[in-house]
Amino acid sequence: MREIQLDTIRDAVAKLCIDANCLLGDDVVRALKNGLATEESPAGKDILNQLLENEQIARKEMMPICQDTGWAVVWVEMGSGVRVQGGELYDAIQQGVAKGYKDGFLRKSIVEDPLRRKNTGTNTPAIIYTDIVPGDGLKITVQPKGGGSENMSEVKMLSASDGADGIAKFVLDRVWRSQANPCPPIIAGIGIGGTFEKCAMLAKHSLLREIGSVHPDPFYAEMEQSLLERINRLGIGPQGLGGRVTALAVFIEAFPCHIATMPCAVNINCHAARHQSVTL
Amino acid sequence: MAKKITAPLTAETVKDLRAGDSVLISGTIYTGRDLAHKRLTDALKAGEKLPFDLAGAVIYYVGPSPAKPGQVIGSAGPTTSYRMDAYSPMLMEKGLRGMIGKGNRTQPVLDAMKQRGAVYFAAVGGAAALIARTIKAAKVIAYDDLGPEAVRELKVEDFPAIVINDTYGGDLYVAGVAKYKKD
Repeated sequence: MREIQLDTIRDAVAKLCIDANCLLGDDVVRALKNGLATEESPAGKDILNQLLENEQIARKEMMPICQDTGWAVVWVEMGSGVRVQGGELYDAIQQGVAKGYKDGFLRKSIVEDPLRRKNTGTNTPAIIYTDIVPGDGLKITVQPKGGGSENMSEVKMLSASDGADGIAKFVLDRVWRSQANPCPPIIAGIGIGGTFEKCAMLAKHSLLREIGSVHPDPFYAEMEQSLLERINRLGIGPQGLGGRVTALAVFIEAFPCHIATMPCAVNINCHAARHQSVTL
Repeated sequence: MAKKITAPLTAETVKDLRAGDSVLISGTIYTGRDLAHKRLTDALKAGEKLPFDLAGAVIYYVGPSPAKPGQVIGSAGPTTSYRMDAYSPMLMEKGLRGMIGKGNRTQPVLDAMKQRGAVYFAAVGGAAALIARTIKAAKVIAYDDLGPEAVRELKVEDFPAIVINDTYGGDLYVAGVAKYKKD
């Protein structure tokens, strides 16, 4: 059994929180630059240039790309041959998030109760999803998720008879109703199948994919491409001021389904598509 | 070419603005988002004095990230505005002339803007490190217990924004998207 110290995990999570919030991924930067070439709207081009300039300032000064430094959504792939020394895995992660948000001067955006709304002051609890996998590695991904784009997300229980057209209609309608709110250009993460809650998790997990990557299943690769083109015909554009570049990517994750159901979830991400991973 | 304007806003400044105008705002503005709006309107309903003068005031919908040592403020981009829609008409009735945020407003807010002579500006969502450079001073003036949602007085110089809704019913979101929509 391999042992990993609690402190090692805590410090790694803290660093992931800071890096994810200050360093935008190369794939996003590349997509914003590509957007400059396709955007027809002068205002839209101006916005894309400002986002690229903002990314440079954040990187250089290690300050957050966006003031909304998000919910810390943490994905864990824990090898069955790993044990945490000195405490519990979840304590290590929660301590790491609190440390990262404090040390990195990141905003604390979590309130302890949805109705009474008192800030916890630490940005915890983190949302943690764990998979037990073969081996003795521990992979941790931190995905800070902003509230503005989360608010534009939705789950719908479709029927098998709705088919791919029903999914497209739901996704396009969701993006259309979101307009400027989620800070376009967006990334649309789509979960199809599973149960009510599984499908929402699929949508969230899909947002971790690299922009520009192609879905391994040609059927879904084509659906992603088609949805991306149709979203970019809506005219919403950067920041909703009108333009061609409304979405940078559409990602689909599908899962087996009950014979009676076809749930679909759309999780919208703003252009600041942030996530960092480490394998310990 | 961006119009340079000064906050608090005069009635004349507001009259001169049209949807689509780029502006650079200098002067004093106040931060306020969800919980601060609730407290401000609760105070008005109770007949209490507000922590700042609403006459001509501009409220920026932002909950900044904490300042590092040596910084005036952390990252400070706009939050989504519609969550303030339940409160904005009452604030406009008491003198609020400008709002800075992102995203579409609902009809009661648009109606109040026309009636009261107020404008709605968008700042670039997610350009939070860039925007922070135009904020030259920041201090919490109320509701410190709300943390990032506390009301701050900001001194800004050439803060970049775009007029989305003017006082004549112009709407840049609607006009801009209509121009590029293909289906």
